[in-house]
Amino acid sequence: MSNTLLKLEKRTAYTLVLPAVLLVFAIVLFPVFANVWISFKDIELKDIRIPEPRAKKIVKSISENQSELKVIYKLRNSSLIQEIRNVQFQDKFPKDVSPINLDPRCNFQSKKVICNFGNWKAKYRENFEITIKNNNSEIIDKKTIKHQKPILSGKADNPLLSTNFTLENFKKVFYENNFVELLLTTFYFTFFGTLGAIIFGILAAQLVNQNIQGRTYMRGILLFPYVGPVVALAYTWTLLLDPNSGTLNALLVNFNIIDKPINLLGQKYITMSIFGFEFKLRLALTTVIFFEIWRYFPLAFLFILARLQAIPQSLYEAADVDGASPIQKFIHITLPQITAIISILFMIRFIWNFNKFEDIFLLTGGASGTRTLPINVYQQGFAVSDIGMGSAVSIVIVMLLISFMVIYFKLIGKRASED
Amino acid sequence: MSTLQGLSFTNLNITQVFSIGIFLSLAFVLIGNKINHLIRIFSLSFIFSILYFYLNETSPYWYIFGIFLITLFFMNKLKKYSMESLKEDFISEKIIFDFITLFGIVFFAFVILFPFYIMLVTSFKTQIALLVNPLDFSLDFTKSLTDLFKSYFVIFETYNFGRYILISSAVSIGTVIVTLLFAIPAAYAVARLNFFGKNFLSTSILIIYMFPAIVLVIPLYTVFSQLGLRNSIFGLLIVYTATTLPVAIYMLQGYFKSIPKEIEDAGIMDGQNWFGIILKIIIPLSLPAIASVALYVFMIAWNEFLFSLMFLDSPKSFTLSRAIQYLSGDAETPRQYLMAGSVIVTLPVLFIFVYFEKYLVSGLTSGSVKG
Repeated sequence: MSNTLLKLEKRTAYTLVLPAVLLVFAIVLFPVFANVWISFKDIELKDIRIPEPRAKKIVKSISENQSELKVIYKLRNSSLIQEIRNVQFQDKFPKDVSPINLDPRCNFQSKKVICNFGNWKAKYRENFEITIKNNNSEIIDKKTIKHQKPILSGKADNPLLSTNFTLENFKKVFYENNFVELLLTTFYFTFFGTLGAIIFGILAAQLVNQNIQGRTYMRGILLFPYVGPVVALAYTWTLLLDPNSGTLNALLVNFNIIDKPINLLGQKYITMSIFGFEFKLRLALTTVIFFEIWRYFPLAFLFILARLQAIPQSLYEAADVDGASPIQKFIHITLPQITAIISILFMIRFIWNFNKFEDIFLLTGGASGTRTLPINVYQQGFAVSDIGMGSAVSIVIVMLLISFMVIYFKLIGKRASED
Repeated sequence: MSTLQGLSFTNLNITQVFSIGIFLSLAFVLIGNKINHLIRIFSLSFIFSILYFYLNETSPYWYIFGIFLITLFFMNKLKKYSMESLKEDFISEKIIFDFITLFGIVFFAFVILFPFYIMLVTSFKTQIALLVNPLDFSLDFTKSLTDLFKSYFVIFETYNFGRYILISSAVSIGTVIVTLLFAIPAAYAVARLNFFGKNFLSTSILIIYMFPAIVLVIPLYTVFSQLGLRNSIFGLLIVYTATTLPVAIYMLQGYFKSIPKEIEDAGIMDGQNWFGIILKIIIPLSLPAIASVALYVFMIAWNEFLFSLMFLDSPKSFTLSRAIQYLSGDAETPRQYLMAGSVIVTLPVLFIFVYFEKYLVSGLTSGSVKG
């Protein structure tokens, strides 16, 4: 009895879970594996369409009384690189209409012209003609002829499914793609973006956690950058930072902080001198990092605030009795209480920032030294149209990501065993 | 009062404001409890405003009124200080902390809200006004409404934004519905039923959620091209659903586990099958959780940009985000049109967020660190 119930439970569970699992598998997991396949292929954007035979039909009258018409089919292979095999052609004609001097590749049966064109090479083109005549010498309606669309079929290889593989893509990724610079930019962006977001998150949480009026409103406002659409926010920032009509540059010039406007998003380096030391700062990258911090510190803020509010007030009261200063209270009570959430946030945000695409793409498009790995996937795959290469970069991202996750789960495991 | 003309940073004198401020704060502490608190703050703020007006004669009256209110706010913050409190331990540190808190909050509020304000103001400006003075943050309400909202009329008439709003809404609402249809049964099974592979499933949900969209893009693009799913709302809907499903399941199963099992047992006694239990017991009991998942998924789908950039080429099937990006691709497009589009795409999200903040914040903290 209980056995059948158990079976029923299992069966129900699978029927409930299966649709979701299949969908996620098809859209999320399958592409990850497909990337591996594509990354070993020499394939470009123009190759991904399966070639198909096409025909454009033109109808012309050749006799005065319109009982005879000439039908021209402009035939072509849609692909510029691939052959189509065994092309079949079929077109239907009205009653009492029959072709004259039909091409030897074709035959006419039961109102249909059926042709066998054989193989079409890449870029194949032909103007194929059929002359038709009404058997009773009546007028043939041009429109009905024109509206009847011919049916073409043929076999072609799907270039994605062919089995010729190459290591060329990975060679290019590591040797011809400025790989070290790419990796350094990605890590620079990821590390400072994450660190900045967490520092600002702690500051904001510390501020809002105090007894001030309108605390809940403040929490809502601080989350605005995180919930707003990235497109709108990125373009607003572009406008703000514009060297010619941007507010920020105008303000800085107005208060004599800088002499002339700086192109914050379009300049790769800026030379700064602090205490007599001159050094070069990656300007555009730094600006993008600041945008990143602005957009994601709210999330760190939200998590840290939740943790801060859970710290028992008695700890602070005890510290007051002992005569601790505000700084001592922060260092000895608050910080130890939030280190756990900070380390989790750091690791998760690190992984997400590592994959950030939209923000950089919308602000600079990857120009002026802001090319990170995800930007490179897009550039290779869609700007250069080298899909195989783009996939190879994706694989590099996945590999790095997996190693981050392994480190992350190891650390978490260690933490759990320590507690 | 009808315009905000003259609101700009150029006539802000920081040293002056600080010196008068410190002077008045000292006066405040020295006066102590000799006068009623309210009278004290009103009179001192009034003195500050008068002094400010005397030193900056060009400022309009309403500007002085604003200064008065701000000073009042700050003066009120000084309430807890008196001559006696200055003798407490660590008082200098405490004062510095209070100062940092106050200015930190002003700083954060400014840094967050300023770009949003610029977005709004720019959308109401003309091209010339934009170029002439980037420091003019004013809205000219003396203009006729058609002039004021000109950018909005243009993007609706010339650039077809009405259509994009419809498409964006359809995709987002569709994603919410389909995601819930798939996620509720799956979450119920993970939360309640025993089956082989359950633990594997619940851990892999989180790992799958960590996989970034950018590595899915190329294979999906090729497959969707071959299947003819590019430039279709349906294709976008599938992708959005699949990418939000893991987090939806994760959030829902956590809530389902908190529902007492006895209620379901009663349902089984009544002869309900699993379908009936989900429909009649689980869903009514977990409406708050479902609402927060729905809002969260809606926001993800509405804000999504990467997939719409990859899959939509034809202006007939653009979502709002993609349409704004397309608009910006033309360097000739005036910036105020871009900002008007941005206001249109931002407003619904901010409205939903402010109105349903409670649900959304719980969604943000329980499910997600994505973005």
